[in-house]
Amino acid sequence: MSTATRSLPRTIGAHAILLTYTAIALFPVILVIMNSFKSRAGIFGAPLTPPTPGTFDLIGYTTVIGQGDFIHYFQNSLVVTVASLFFVLLFGAMAAFALSEYRFRGNSLMGLYLALGIMIPIRLGTVAILQLMVASGLVNTLTALILVYTAQGLPLAIFILSEFMKQVSDDLKNAGRIDGLSEYTIFFRLVLPLVRPSMATVAVFTMIPIWNDLWFPLILAPSEETKTVTLGAQLFLGQFVTNWNAILAALSLAIMPVLILYVIFSRQLIRGITSGAVK
Amino acid sequence: MGSLNIENVKKAFGPVEVLKGINLEVTDGEFVVFVGPSGCGKSTLLRVIAGLEDSTSGRVVIDGQDVSATPPAKRGIAMVFQTYALYPHLTVKNNMGLGLKQANTPAAEIDRRIGIASSMLSLEPYLERRPAELSGGQRQRVAIGRAVVREPKLFLFDEPLSNLDAALRVNTRLEIAQLHRRLKATMIYVTHDQVEAMTLADKIVVLNAGRIEQIGGPMELYNSPANEFVAGFIGSPKMNFVDGARLGETAKTIGVRPEHLTVDPKSGAWKGTVVHAEHLGADTNLYLDCEKAGLITVRIFGVYDAEPGATLYATPDPAKTYRFGADGKVLK
Repeated sequence: MSTATRSLPRTIGAHAILLTYTAIALFPVILVIMNSFKSRAGIFGAPLTPPTPGTFDLIGYTTVIGQGDFIHYFQNSLVVTVASLFFVLLFGAMAAFALSEYRFRGNSLMGLYLALGIMIPIRLGTVAILQLMVASGLVNTLTALILVYTAQGLPLAIFILSEFMKQVSDDLKNAGRIDGLSEYTIFFRLVLPLVRPSMATVAVFTMIPIWNDLWFPLILAPSEETKTVTLGAQLFLGQFVTNWNAILAALSLAIMPVLILYVIFSRQLIRGITSGAVK
Repeated sequence: MGSLNIENVKKAFGPVEVLKGINLEVTDGEFVVFVGPSGCGKSTLLRVIAGLEDSTSGRVVIDGQDVSATPPAKRGIAMVFQTYALYPHLTVKNNMGLGLKQANTPAAEIDRRIGIASSMLSLEPYLERRPAELSGGQRQRVAIGRAVVREPKLFLFDEPLSNLDAALRVNTRLEIAQLHRRLKATMIYVTHDQVEAMTLADKIVVLNAGRIEQIGGPMELYNSPANEFVAGFIGSPKMNFVDGARLGETAKTIGVRPEHLTVDPKSGAWKGTVVHAEHLGADTNLYLDCEKAGLITVRIFGVYDAEPGATLYATPDPAKTYRFGADGKVLK
């Protein structure tokens, strides 16, 4: 193997730093998962040790699955996340295409307006949003959450995607026009597949805050029917007594779906993040 | 059945005028090349003809029909792009057939035309491949095939050879020339390379800063350029321009092509020293710094030994010397 670009101490140094960082990043996650399999006494007695035969206990999981309608909460979270993600990607990509492809009066102003949401947190408008939802009878529906999360995700999606859409070859789109493809076909068939990595990037950035959000479910859809996982987990968080087993179990379970979606997107994601840098 | 008329076409992007009134007539079967430096508007003009850009004013007439408001797909044109612009998700065959499929051509007819085009361009072994599995030259042949299949009234080429390496460029240039001879179709070709223009064109349109400088056959442009710009643009190495006042002439500028200068070590019109010599085998390019004429290029056919620093006399051929007025136009 060539040694011109490698030196052993440097390789060791780089790996040491990376491994340290990985350990720090994974520590809380592992702690949560580890302790979710322990009894209450085990959690408080020795929080940093893995479950032993003496402390191993599935009480957390049985509580979560027995008490409260957790499967249903999961379903709600999943519906809200997937639907919001779909709309953010669809509308975000369409708006980004329009901004990057067509010259029209006020194009850059429109781009700025659509990106404004990145700088202004949507939570500032919570009261107005609540009034709006009450007026339109959408309180305690998943639709309310999907609408809000779509609005929340769009600015960043449009901002990132329009940059990537600008890189798609004009010649390719023009070739499509000469061959008689409609603008929609050009968008869905030619442009979207080429920006797939950036779509995955946007998907991950959009998905995680939605899945983890507590604020809007609490305000807009706190009913038993529409509770999401994060809101459901609050059930075990009391003012005086907190059911740690159940909370840790619920959190461990809540990691799973995001992890699965992340794995689906991640292969595309790496290309999306690096494509601007190396090409 | 492939004539084109461009009548006073203007195009502005905001306050920037890219085309400042273009008038052009192309007859059926002609091979017309638009040539000019970058930013001269040649690609924009091609895009206006294709319908990919709307002109700000003026008319584009194809085959006697005003197509100024017709979408590109309905204009009866086909275009070959610099970056090939093949559909990455389709096979070579489907790339070529897509336009016809969109126009609801029967499948048998599509297959027949693809068969003809692919044998013409020797693409048969690659029909089931995707563009990613092809080399640059093959991709450009597929792009040309995609245009041929549509049997258009007008072929438009937008710098089709710029992305190819030198050897492939010559081959593909040859193929395009043969294609034109075989199809007898009207072709419009945009390039910034004057060699491509000279070798392919029936008629060259020289553009500069949004205006047509001159229209004519390759030899017409070479032998009787209308102005200083055309004289400088056509021909390689570039024509030498010498300030008329320094030579005691009445004309503002005197132009001599490098190949119309002879050199002699003993006597001649302009005394100069050799700055640099380029030996190309078939010919030699000498760069002389002359007392009267300034830095000039001399092209000598065959091998000529000249060391930098040597003194040489250059003499222009009086019959092939051009005189330009203050406005850049040729003085008769």
